[in-house]
Amino acid sequence: MRWVREHVIALIGGAVLVYLFVPIFLVVLMSFNDPATRNVYRFDGFTLDNWLHPCADPAMCDSLALSIEIGLLATLVATVIGTLAAFALVRWDFAGRSQSNLLIFLPMAAPEIVMGSSLLTLFVQGGFAGQLGFVTIFIAHVMFCLSFVVVTVRSRLAGMNDTLEQAASDLYATPQQTFWRVTFPLVLPGILGAALLSFSLSFDDFIITNLNSGSEVTFPMYVWGVARVGLPMQVNVVGTLMLVISLVIVLTGEVNSRRRARALV
Amino acid sequence: MSSPAEAGSSYDGLRIRALNKSFASFHAVKELDLDVPRGSFFALLGPSGCGKTTTLRMVAGLEAPTSGTITLAGQDITDKKPYQRPVNTVFQNYALFPHLDIFENVAFGLRRRKVSGVEAKVKDMLELVELEAQARKKPAQLSGGQQQRVALARALINEPEVLLLDEPLGALDLKLRRAMQIEIKRIQTEVGLTFIHVTHDQEEAMTMADTVAVMNAGVIEQMGTPSELYENPASTFVANFLGQSNLIEGTVQSSGSDVVTVDMHGIGVTIPAHRAHTDGGKGWIGIRPEKVLIGAAGAELDAPGNTIPGGVVSDVSFFGVSTQYLVKMPWGQELMVFAQNTGRDPIFRTGESVELSWRPEYAFLLDHAQDVKAGAEEAS
Repeated sequence: MRWVREHVIALIGGAVLVYLFVPIFLVVLMSFNDPATRNVYRFDGFTLDNWLHPCADPAMCDSLALSIEIGLLATLVATVIGTLAAFALVRWDFAGRSQSNLLIFLPMAAPEIVMGSSLLTLFVQGGFAGQLGFVTIFIAHVMFCLSFVVVTVRSRLAGMNDTLEQAASDLYATPQQTFWRVTFPLVLPGILGAALLSFSLSFDDFIITNLNSGSEVTFPMYVWGVARVGLPMQVNVVGTLMLVISLVIVLTGEVNSRRRARALV
Repeated sequence: MSSPAEAGSSYDGLRIRALNKSFASFHAVKELDLDVPRGSFFALLGPSGCGKTTTLRMVAGLEAPTSGTITLAGQDITDKKPYQRPVNTVFQNYALFPHLDIFENVAFGLRRRKVSGVEAKVKDMLELVELEAQARKKPAQLSGGQQQRVALARALINEPEVLLLDEPLGALDLKLRRAMQIEIKRIQTEVGLTFIHVTHDQEEAMTMADTVAVMNAGVIEQMGTPSELYENPASTFVANFLGQSNLIEGTVQSSGSDVVTVDMHGIGVTIPAHRAHTDGGKGWIGIRPEKVLIGAAGAELDAPGNTIPGGVVSDVSFFGVSTQYLVKMPWGQELMVFAQNTGRDPIFRTGESVELSWRPEYAFLLDHAQDVKAGAEEAS
């Protein structure tokens, strides 16, 4: 009893971690599942089949490719536009700046289902009725990623001391050189963070996409569709891969910054 | 306040003429004229908000003047961009580039101008500021004093016509500040460039600069060598801001070519004519506390000036090397007296009757229209 009292924080902490990691662990485990029956939600036996034949259902790989394609494109466009907007909002004193700063939050605050249905109305009214598909998904994704990019880059820019740019200018750097040698490298971490956030938002989105996709099927839509008949185990393979990729990104960043810190001491 | 000929283009230092800077509702710099000779260590001294930093930023090109001209080595640079001026700045918060290492920070200006031999020049400069070993570190890895030296090296390496220092020692603690004052002075002597140092610290300005311009409310109050300013202040602001002064009301009785005689509460005192900065009527008689001699009532004081009797010691602070007295005079004013502890005189106690005196050549006379307390609060 006394032991429990002394370790109560560690115990609760451990329980929370278990709670957080059990679903993730399950995804990894199920990627090696060899289902004996149609009940795919039970671990029946170990196999590498799922990993060796990830595209056993070609429809899944098609939807995955579509999601990645839209994710990359939407991220690229949203990051470029959002970064430019963030610079304008922080560095330029124009009429309506404070209102713009406020309005940029609106798409983040609005419920997705509302945004999705209003976009659908817009597209249909705009004459896209029969052409819902790749382009409309892309437009919708750029829209909801944009606010996140602006907010992320803006906070990075606002935290940056503008005397650094004055110093560069004082040291014979032209405005272009000042931007590329000083401003941009310092804002870059914020831009990269915004891009990562954009990609995961786009890749993950179901509600808005579902309403505006026409006959196209993205990965989340595919999973939603097949969940009623039984998930192919390859969905878990994709989940595990994504987990590994994000872990690698985080760890590389961590290792890099540690190595840099150590080299400097 | 400017003296040399208005030849303009032939002047090889920094010349500022009729410079004005107004912000929305605030006139920061007013009709400023200034000549900074080439190779000098010049200090712009004043309390915060006096316009000294604004002046510096206009010389750097970071702020556009409302009117007026700035010429440097005969060239008009008033409308030049900061990156087109042979001027470099050491910023108050150093403004080192956090993503570049020390070497690249120092090399920044050379690389932008595509100067050759960057490697060797940076090495030499890092040696001058004793940071060779830190070349590959990032600014965040250095101490405040080291960052300060990097900022100095980064500006100096470009061999600017004028190096501007904007309160460069403000963020350092007292001990480090003293060391850096000597260090910067040494470097200036070594490289022989023109330094303009902006500071609110009068001690810093006096120990480092050969010429000090005291600035207040957008104008230069007085300019000269530190000892000229201290020994012969021309305004109440300078008298109070640079060190401490006793300022006593008096009425001018006669002005000769050599001396001015002033009636000070019934006692006639004389002041050398070149130290009298008022034309007549009433004035403030100024005397530095350490120039005032103190003695017991009726004692013989070693000063050929007048003896001012009737003082009563109202406060004594013993500092070891000196004793600081406040002496209440018959006309109600308390005067400060700093007495060296030579052992020759006793230390007076509160309530004792004393006499004061000073040598007439140490006194100065200021315009009565000026605020007697000007600059006293800003000096700290």
